[in-house]
Amino acid sequence: MNNLFNYIEKESPIHGLTGATKLVCLLLWSLAAMTTYDTRLLVVLAIFGIALFPVGKIGVKDISFMLWFTLVFLVLNTVLVYLFSPHHGTEIYGTCTYLFGLSGHFAPTAEQLFFQLNYILKYFATIPFVLLFVCTTNPSEFAASLNKIGVSYSVSYSVALALRYIPDIQKQYHEISQASQARGVELSKKASLMKRLKSASAILVPLILSSMDRIEIISNAMELRCFGKNKKRTWYMAQKFKPLDYISIVVCALLLVVSLTLTYINGSRFYNPFIR
Amino acid sequence: MSKTIIEFKELGFQYRAQANPTLYNINLKIEKGEKILIAGPSGCGKSTMASLINGLIPFSYKGTITGSLLIKGTESRKMSLFDISHIVGTVLQDSDAQFVGMTVAEDLAFALENDCIPQDRMKSRIHEIADILKLSTVLRHAPSELSGGQKQRVSVGGVMASDVDLFLFDEPLANLDPKTGKQAIELIDDLQKRTGAAVIIIEHRIEDVLHRPVDRIVLMNEGRIVSDTSPDELLSSKMLSECGVREPLYLTALKYAGVEIDPAIHPSSLENLALCDQHKEKVRHFFIDNHESRDKSSPEKLLEVRDLSFTYEKTNQKTLNDISVSIGKGEMIAIVGTNGAGKSTFSKVICGMETEDSGQILFDGSDFSALSIKERAEHVGYVMQNPNQMISNVMIFDEVAMGLRLRGVPEDEVKPRVEKALEICGLYKMRNWPISALSYGQKKRVTICSILVLEPEMMILDEPTAGQDYRNYTRIMEFLKSLNERGITIVMITHDMHLMLEYADRSIVFSDGRIIADMSCAEVLTNKDIVDRASLKETSLYHLAGSCGISDGTGFVQSFIYYERDNVRRHE
Repeated sequence: MNNLFNYIEKESPIHGLTGATKLVCLLLWSLAAMTTYDTRLLVVLAIFGIALFPVGKIGVKDISFMLWFTLVFLVLNTVLVYLFSPHHGTEIYGTCTYLFGLSGHFAPTAEQLFFQLNYILKYFATIPFVLLFVCTTNPSEFAASLNKIGVSYSVSYSVALALRYIPDIQKQYHEISQASQARGVELSKKASLMKRLKSASAILVPLILSSMDRIEIISNAMELRCFGKNKKRTWYMAQKFKPLDYISIVVCALLLVVSLTLTYINGSRFYNPFIR
Repeated sequence: MSKTIIEFKELGFQYRAQANPTLYNINLKIEKGEKILIAGPSGCGKSTMASLINGLIPFSYKGTITGSLLIKGTESRKMSLFDISHIVGTVLQDSDAQFVGMTVAEDLAFALENDCIPQDRMKSRIHEIADILKLSTVLRHAPSELSGGQKQRVSVGGVMASDVDLFLFDEPLANLDPKTGKQAIELIDDLQKRTGAAVIIIEHRIEDVLHRPVDRIVLMNEGRIVSDTSPDELLSSKMLSECGVREPLYLTALKYAGVEIDPAIHPSSLENLALCDQHKEKVRHFFIDNHESRDKSSPEKLLEVRDLSFTYEKTNQKTLNDISVSIGKGEMIAIVGTNGAGKSTFSKVICGMETEDSGQILFDGSDFSALSIKERAEHVGYVMQNPNQMISNVMIFDEVAMGLRLRGVPEDEVKPRVEKALEICGLYKMRNWPISALSYGQKKRVTICSILVLEPEMMILDEPTAGQDYRNYTRIMEFLKSLNERGITIVMITHDMHLMLEYADRSIVFSDGRIIADMSCAEVLTNKDIVDRASLKETSLYHLAGSCGISDGTGFVQSFIYYERDNVRRHE
């Protein structure tokens, strides 16, 4: 079983960036990808994003679980969009080019396919970057960064703690589910969905109860070591900005500018190859 | 005046939600440089004392305080939790759960971060502490990657970072194996010598704490301090057994041999025990009188494992290496070894929670591998260490009935079977109670009961008595023994040497995925090599035998076990 959110410690230029830089870049990047449906920019973003993985020394198997999850979701989403509005594309691009000589409500049009291609590209432009962010950002450094960009440190720290405990909770879930299976709780595909949902609750109750115990202990441990004493705190993991940090932010900011400019030039968020 | 760090004056405390006070008329003074052990059974109020000293009462736990508690001369109620934590450094019971940082370095730095110490000064201080505690090489590791001993050192380091006047250890031995526990006690001793601070250890395992001397033992019972005196004085009195706290095993042996314990023989230290020739003679006599070799009847095989191997998928680590072992019908045995030696994996493979790479598992002569996890559970029940991880119903009856109902047993058959199981477990009267009303020990019983109801021939229990005081320990173990007498084979995964000696017929010792010994507990606990590899501690009985001139130390330990089983436990 692969971990859902996992910081993978490695030495790479991307790991070397401060958490604040990566967070700002993530925000700029997502904004850029969100505003535009321009195919050309989306392709650039997708390729650029995927190209960053080797730079960050993150392999496919490190993110396989999330990748599968996203792909399944993507396929589902694409199918549903087509089922519910097969003419969304024609509405957007203003033309209607039936393909394969078919016509009717569900007949494929070039516009719809092009729209859905862009839709899929959007996923590929954003998701890799998010995954990369998760894999290369140390949660504590992330907390320090949140604090740096103005989020209060108790909120920042809770975020870091939550990230830190996810692997623990997964492990506990695994153990509890083994014990409940021994008692007869059926989690395999043999049981019906209703039954499995009911079974899951037999695992969640003990999981929540034992997590509550831990929360009490950890909050006491934190207070006993002066957490919350001052308005500010220093961070062991905080890093200073280096040239690469500034460069990265500028690059991402430029991407956002390009995205906005394209929207302005195109006159809409869509790049329309159907009107010559 | 300035030398006194803590002073309780006629202090009483009642938790807000409780009907009766937890502490009554506490008077206690602790000075700089003192080392004090606060002992007592569960519920005696010793943890409440800890919370008062470190300020969690009244800041986190609310209640009514009467009398006065001065910390360095100031009334504690007038201080903030943060003021107090600069004087009192607390190491909490569960070193796993109290880690705050992602890495060792961050955890050590946590208090400094909160005090706004600049990063460069913080880093140099952390390196200094890491050097002292031998943690420099693991600074960048996550706490979960550490060994038990390293974890303990990190939690000590975390409070060492801010210079405190008093170190408070709340049950430091609770989750440690015997060897690591011994090292923890040595670490505390060094820490005190190095810093000159006062140390309070809250613990009920007196023998283990006395591995290094303490100045005083404060014994508590039912919310009162019943004794506050030197260890030698306390151990010579009857106070410990009256309060239900276990005395050191070597003293029990001396008493069986008819030796009068008084302060002159220094009962608090095994090494400095001053026994005269007459005493030694008595011990030798005890040995001769009780020395016998008993036939080990070899019972019919219930579980037989041949060449079992298992590789942990995630790390690609071979956690079980050609394990071959058999367990007989009606046996009560212990599985011991360090964390990660393969004990739990072994049990999980037997129960079908993990699948072996190769090897054979025979149960009652037939192949076990074809059965599912659910089917195996009807033969081998597995009880997890923490009962909270197993309980998923609100009412006791439903919890016990769950396994049967999930197997589609008709309700009119469920009722008598559950009631019978509840009867055996002594829970029948509580059958309609909510589980939340039970104590930890009772919850443990419920989880055992919920497995028992499936009528397995064998039960595997992971650390059945972890964190329990002597009284609860005895209750749980006597209960397991009674189940064993009903014919159920009992396998216990444990670190507890008392449990091994008192209840197990045999120990299977795991180390690095292999079985390194399969012999009687007396043999295991007197074999230096095995003890070391399994992270145990040689039993003090062995040393006692040596100092009384008995060369057959193993035989002496065995005689002690036989004597105790025949003459003492039988009457309890």
